[in-house]
Amino acid sequence: MSPHERRNFFRGLGFTSLWIIGLGTFTAYPVVASLYYSFCDYSILKAPVWSGLENYQQLVSDDLFWKSLGNTLFYAALSVPIGTVIALALALLLNQPVRGRSVFRVIFYLPSIVPVIAATMLWTWMLNGQYGLVNAMLSPLLKPFGLTPPVWVYDPTWTKPALVLMSLWGTGNAMVIYLAGLQNVPKELYEAAEIDGASAWQRLRHVTLPMLAPVIYFNVTMATIGALQAFAQAWMMSAATGSEGADGSPARSTLFYTVYLFSTAFYNLKMGYASAMAYVLFIIIATLTYIGTRLSRDRVEGAQ
Amino acid sequence: MSRLFVLAAALLLAGLPRAFAVAPKGDGRVHVAYWEKWVGFQAQAMQEVVDRFNRSQDRIFVEYFATSEVVRKTLVATAGGDPPDIAGLWTQNIAAYADAGALTPLDDFIRADGFTPEQWLERYYPAFARICTHAGKVYAGTSTPGVFAIHWNKTLFREAGLDPERPPRTLAELDEYQRKLTRRDPQTGEILQVGFLPEEPGWWTSIFYPWFGGSLFDGREITLGTDPRNLAAMKWVAKISQDIGIERLRRFKAGFGQQASSESAFFAGKVAIVIQGVYYNNYRRQYKPGMDLGIGPWPEIVPGIKDFAMVESDMLVIPRGAKHAKEAWEFIRYVNTSNPRAQRREELEGAELLCYLQEKNSPLRQWSPFFEQHHPHPYIAMFRELSSSPHAVSVPTMGMWQEYDRELVALFEKVRLLVATPEEAIDYAHRRMSGSWVRYRRSLERHGQMPATSATTPKPPAALSR
Repeated sequence: MSPHERRNFFRGLGFTSLWIIGLGTFTAYPVVASLYYSFCDYSILKAPVWSGLENYQQLVSDDLFWKSLGNTLFYAALSVPIGTVIALALALLLNQPVRGRSVFRVIFYLPSIVPVIAATMLWTWMLNGQYGLVNAMLSPLLKPFGLTPPVWVYDPTWTKPALVLMSLWGTGNAMVIYLAGLQNVPKELYEAAEIDGASAWQRLRHVTLPMLAPVIYFNVTMATIGALQAFAQAWMMSAATGSEGADGSPARSTLFYTVYLFSTAFYNLKMGYASAMAYVLFIIIATLTYIGTRLSRDRVEGAQ
Repeated sequence: MSRLFVLAAALLLAGLPRAFAVAPKGDGRVHVAYWEKWVGFQAQAMQEVVDRFNRSQDRIFVEYFATSEVVRKTLVATAGGDPPDIAGLWTQNIAAYADAGALTPLDDFIRADGFTPEQWLERYYPAFARICTHAGKVYAGTSTPGVFAIHWNKTLFREAGLDPERPPRTLAELDEYQRKLTRRDPQTGEILQVGFLPEEPGWWTSIFYPWFGGSLFDGREITLGTDPRNLAAMKWVAKISQDIGIERLRRFKAGFGQQASSESAFFAGKVAIVIQGVYYNNYRRQYKPGMDLGIGPWPEIVPGIKDFAMVESDMLVIPRGAKHAKEAWEFIRYVNTSNPRAQRREELEGAELLCYLQEKNSPLRQWSPFFEQHHPHPYIAMFRELSSSPHAVSVPTMGMWQEYDRELVALFEKVRLLVATPEEAIDYAHRRMSGSWVRYRRSLERHGQMPATSATTPKPPAALSR
């Protein structure tokens, strides 16, 4: 390394040192420390004491761990596919050459930049069983069949569907990415398909979707990770509608994985156990991402 | 040169916050940092007490910091070794934080002031003395207490043909009032008003067990599932949901506004009777000024116990690692004493000044003539009576209480929503918490601490942990 290169090297280090220190202090250290804590009896206020695999063994027999995992997977299994279909459908519609297209794009994108806390408060009111706008619309539709709309956030059966409904409001982000992906589909492919007599559905099925495969893969992966880490909406809804100190109100129907983790760490003061939960979630997310990558590899690579 | 610049910049940035934090104030006094949860009029009241303390001497200057999420921030700051000198926690935090070694015991400070801990505690009503202690040590002082009683809407009583000055006195009467005060829409059958709902306001779901005579913890074991009176309490809760009809109850409850608003179920006239604390008169003044409010003792459930009450308190503690523990104690001592001879408002000191300004009762046995005779709360004498009751209960002083309490909330929700029978819900929670208790004790042993039981705690008069 010449003196000039060495000088440049140290300058570079100097300019990036804050970032390096920040990453090391606030990301790398907690990640490594929490792995260690997951094998410890640790309450944050007392020194960690090594307890081997005890936390992980206890997780297996902890029915709230399974319940929170079940609630989270249920939410992810509904919100990810429905959100993907809606975001893609919106992107296809907003890709049509219609007047005011930019305005529509902005309108559909706007909800996704509303903070999740504000959005949850808003939807808690929209889904209010007595005064909510959603039920005001549903009531006349259901009345001829002798049905009444659900009480949503106060009924354990309907709380997770309510959260799924809330999540659909924020599909604007994915929609914008799909729109960007649609711009990259070569027009010649559509022209060729048209010359071959392909219908609109066939063009979508055999041209658009295969060409969008990398974008769909990215969006589905990110949405799955987001759904498995969902916290604020469940926490806020529980706080707004449940008894004081209720985790996942009503009756633990919205006890998501991260809600249980947070409560375990900061209310029950079981930081070691919560760290073990965090690593199990990490493994679940990594496994699902790996499976998704393997399953979609041929299609993703084929489109590139 | 450039390396020196980067190094200097890094050192400067790293050092700045600390430099600000420890900058001498220039007045020669020890500055005590006090984190408290209050804002608004409660904060103003405490600020006046802080100002009075600061003026009363020239060595210590207490600085009040309104701190949201004060419990969690105190937890993290204490773990990080940089806690405030004084933190305003709640009753339910004391045992957990004490077991975790996060609080400074106050016994030595008390002795240095010429008291024994027993003498110090003797000055409080027993229920308040009890919540200041854990495992035989004093860990906290009170700031302002909460004593709970039933509050009723006299207007709704009149409309239902009930005597507005006579609250229900027994459980049977409460059930009867419930029927008389419950109104339905004649066309749809939907609920318009109820007499009493256990989940309103839903802040102390554990209180139904001791009200029914039950016990949650006997000092050694979880007794939730072994005390049949606990089951009786939850059966009563479930029956209210069954009588009203769960679907209709859900729709009715969906229309409740927030507690701190004029749209709360009680202020909006949807629920006629609630259990609330001494502070509730402040809510009434702020959100429903003209409301005709009655306040009275709890209906008798256990035969012969007519003075059942629940107490809790905002608590002052010195976190472990506080830099000015001795000075912090001086302020806590000030807030936990009073001027028993005060004849005028200007002569009120410490506990009485704070409780007067926040319109709450004093946790101390001795009240000054001014505090007693000129207190702004119209029912303060009744709250004093309940404070002194031998049947006044509080949460168990067990380190695992925060987890236990959250499990009881889940139990309560299952029961009131009829998603589990009371037997199933109690059995589940009992097994779960018994397992947690075993693990909790193992954790204490692992950390070299004696298992925490209330056996060595000064004997409480009565508690959830009978």
